Amino acid sequence: MPNGFADAAQLKAEMPLFTGPNWDFNGLRRVYEAVERIAFDELGLDVYPVQIEVITSEQMLDAYSSVGLPLMYRHWSFGKRFAYHETLYRKGLQGLAYEIVINSNPVICYIMEENSMTMQTLVIAHAAFGHNHFFKNNYLFRQWTDADGILDYLSFARDYVAKCEERHGADEVERVLDAAHALKEHGVNRYAHRSKPNLAEEQRRTDERRAHEEATYNDLWRTVPQLSKDEEGSEVSEKQKEELRQHLGLPEENLLYFIEKRAPRLEDWQRELIRIVRNVSQYFYPQKQLQLMNEGCATFCHYEIMNRLHDKGLITEGSMLEFLHSHSSVVFQPGFDDPRFSGFNPYALGFAMMRDIKRMCEEPTPEDREYFPEIAGCGDPFGVLRHAWANYRDESFILQYLSPAVIRQFKIFQIADDSSKPSLRVEAIHDELGYRRVRSALSKQYDLSRREPDIQVVDVDLTGDRCLILAHYVHEGVLLEEKTCRSVLRYAASLWGYAVKLLEIEAATDKTLKTYEAAVEPT
Amino acid sequence: MNIVDRRPNPKGKSLSNRQRFLGRARVEVKSAVQEALRKRKVADVEHGEKVAIPTRGISEPIFHHNRRTGKTDHVIPGNKEYVRGDEIPRPTGGEGQGGREGSPDGSGEDAFEFTLSKEEFLDMFFEDLELPDLVKKSLKDTTAVDLQRAGYTVTGNPSNLSVPRTLRNSMGRRIALHRPKLAEIEKAQQALEEAREAGDEEEIARLTREFESLERRSKIIPYIDPIDVRYRRFDRVPRPNTEAVMFCLMDVSGSMTEAMKDLAKRFFMLLHVFLTRRYRTVDVVFIRHTSTAEEVDEETFFYSRETGGTVVSTALEKMLEIARARYPIDRWNIYGAQASDGDNYGADSSRCVSLLGGDVLPLCQYFAYVEVGDGMGGSLTGLSRDSDLWRAYSEVAPAHEHFAMRRVGDPAQIFTVFHELFAKGGVRA
Repeated sequence: MPNGFADAAQLKAEMPLFTGPNWDFNGLRRVYEAVERIAFDELGLDVYPVQIEVITSEQMLDAYSSVGLPLMYRHWSFGKRFAYHETLYRKGLQGLAYEIVINSNPVICYIMEENSMTMQTLVIAHAAFGHNHFFKNNYLFRQWTDADGILDYLSFARDYVAKCEERHGADEVERVLDAAHALKEHGVNRYAHRSKPNLAEEQRRTDERRAHEEATYNDLWRTVPQLSKDEEGSEVSEKQKEELRQHLGLPEENLLYFIEKRAPRLEDWQRELIRIVRNVSQYFYPQKQLQLMNEGCATFCHYEIMNRLHDKGLITEGSMLEFLHSHSSVVFQPGFDDPRFSGFNPYALGFAMMRDIKRMCEEPTPEDREYFPEIAGCGDPFGVLRHAWANYRDESFILQYLSPAVIRQFKIFQIADDSSKPSLRVEAIHDELGYRRVRSALSKQYDLSRREPDIQVVDVDLTGDRCLILAHYVHEGVLLEEKTCRSVLRYAASLWGYAVKLLEIEAATDKTLKTYEAAVEPT
Repeated sequence: MNIVDRRPNPKGKSLSNRQRFLGRARVEVKSAVQEALRKRKVADVEHGEKVAIPTRGISEPIFHHNRRTGKTDHVIPGNKEYVRGDEIPRPTGGEGQGGREGSPDGSGEDAFEFTLSKEEFLDMFFEDLELPDLVKKSLKDTTAVDLQRAGYTVTGNPSNLSVPRTLRNSMGRRIALHRPKLAEIEKAQQALEEAREAGDEEEIARLTREFESLERRSKIIPYIDPIDVRYRRFDRVPRPNTEAVMFCLMDVSGSMTEAMKDLAKRFFMLLHVFLTRRYRTVDVVFIRHTSTAEEVDEETFFYSRETGGTVVSTALEKMLEIARARYPIDRWNIYGAQASDGDNYGADSSRCVSLLGGDVLPLCQYFAYVEVGDGMGGSLTGLSRDSDLWRAYSEVAPAHEHFAMRRVGDPAQIFTVFHELFAKGGVRA
């Protein structure tokens, strides 16, 4: 940082960076540089370049409604989200986030103009460094997210959807998007079997594909007689069916992918819309598995940085108190019987676990040495944390690092809920016998593949009525919620163009428990 | 690091999404709006409305686990008293105490609330209503006209010359006829001069010919030809009269209870809002009467108390007097609304009939009579005894299409009645 600000800041290291609540652009720069020095030199963070954007509260609501992305295609569901958040905000039921940060390169970090200077400092430490480091280093993001291309792709998606609306009518587009949205949780590849997606490349390929199809289109082919069903022979052997399934790549867990590629009656632009929904969904897939760690990492970073700023005398006692007030409400975890309870607060649990890792590295107890022999007392907390941030996701992070101390701190317990029994049973609590059980049960609770229903395309009746057959593999007897299941299937049928069937199959015994079927509704 | 100030960016980025959402939720919102109307105060009509709509019609279903089936584990914080092996009775209602992950998009809500802007609210509110006789019949051949753009013409006033259109034609013609461009001529000239310096006679002759032919062409083919010229054309369209006056007539005699006045008030307020949305300017004249009538301001009209007998015809006379003095019929659309409990001084009713049928109705675009009941309901069914005024007005009604009469018993009926009166192609009493 060979510039004036840095030198000035170094000269008067004992002087606070700012006093008073009001922020200005020079102040933001000074703070950023001070935070950057701590982040690089003391915590060893590694980040993308940052772009800080100052926005108003209304723009913040806008950003909320387009699921936190700076641009998005148009759809009524985003309007719904906007109306929802707006009301909560106007009523004062919900404060707005102090920041939103976009996983792109450069990282875009929105900060609100209403924030005080202390809050802006906190936000810079939290988002521009905490989240940023996590985005750049965690293996899931590295594997799945194309930070360089996301903004370009979204702008392509927005324009493409707008063009489709012009050409085919907003209603038609809405119909496809509604249906695709219903399946979006099942429009992701869960395992990396392809190279890292490159969204700019994706866009180029789309254009190429279309150009090729347009160039080679010949209306004559339509008139060539095709084999009718009778000629094919009505008896198709099991073996042939199996071959067919293999050819179609079945079973396939990415429902949207299968529909996009194989649905018989979709037009090209409809397939492209599905692809857009799929790509956006895939972009968010890692975030869903990393909520705890992502927020934990950012919260831990801002806590460390703010404290160090304070130790160096760079922020005043007053702002330190303001920060602590805000911080403690962020990491507040209500108990299960509290009306405010809605599951674990990822900020609270993530922060507590990471602080505990630091404690174990520096001042281990005998218990820590027993549970975590490899890190207890190693003296390099940031090295251990950087390793954890890079190589784990929520589920494995908990399984690896949830310590008895944190379990005691939160008084975590496990209850078994067997719907066939009249009461719940406490399985484990925060005691010597329970630590490991609680830990593995909590880890399972964060496992996306258990949280979301396991649904796959298993078969297509290509020789018969072209019915698409899905299977829900039932684990521990947990079935699908009936009402939503039926509506989603109706959406699926509208995309597939023919009837869609869903079998609930008990994974352990292969027994079919329940069958749903949805026919195509006439439009 | 880069700091960008996005605050000046245009607002309302989600506006189109909001409109789409409203369109989607139209049915639900509409019924919620009407429901809301029943409960609200008159003075609020002009403000936006908070409506709670069930998320059913705008749900975004995804596959979910049904938490009441099978075996699941819940791991939750905040244990105070339980030890291993404890049995906890299953919590009733809701999803129980454990494992409820708040759905990020709010889809778990039963209904959610949001606020409609005033415009959106009133749009929904008056969606299927229209004003009778929006354009005055007597004004069909009026001299008030508006100019309206109507394409282009080849003749016209120089001030209406359309330069872009003229130049477009000119350019098309120049291209079609191969009029040489200035650059081409200059190039030819330059080539000629170069040839002259070189002194190649044959080349000079050829280039001279070429140059002259270009020159000639550019002279023969004009840059702008009269046939290129276009003028903007305007049509004269008669302008509908967009000024309206609304006469509110109310009986404030002793027999009108507060509840009845409140009903009348609500009706007038609706009418006023409705008219302001249809006309650029709406004047409102408040006339209240006991045994005499007077023009009052809004505040007095709605909130002051008065006692005395009831002579309805005085109000009609007052209305005629004001209309004649201040609102000439050729410039104003006149609407009348009268609210009363139906009581009248015995001999006066026949005078009302002749005033209404003979003088008032011919002036008006529309006249509505609303009889407010005592809140017992039932009056809408026609079972109760007809009042003096009702009976009298019933004689006038069949002859005049733009006269309507209705009874209102309690606030919940106001909108229904209003809706009936103004429904598109709706029935007239």
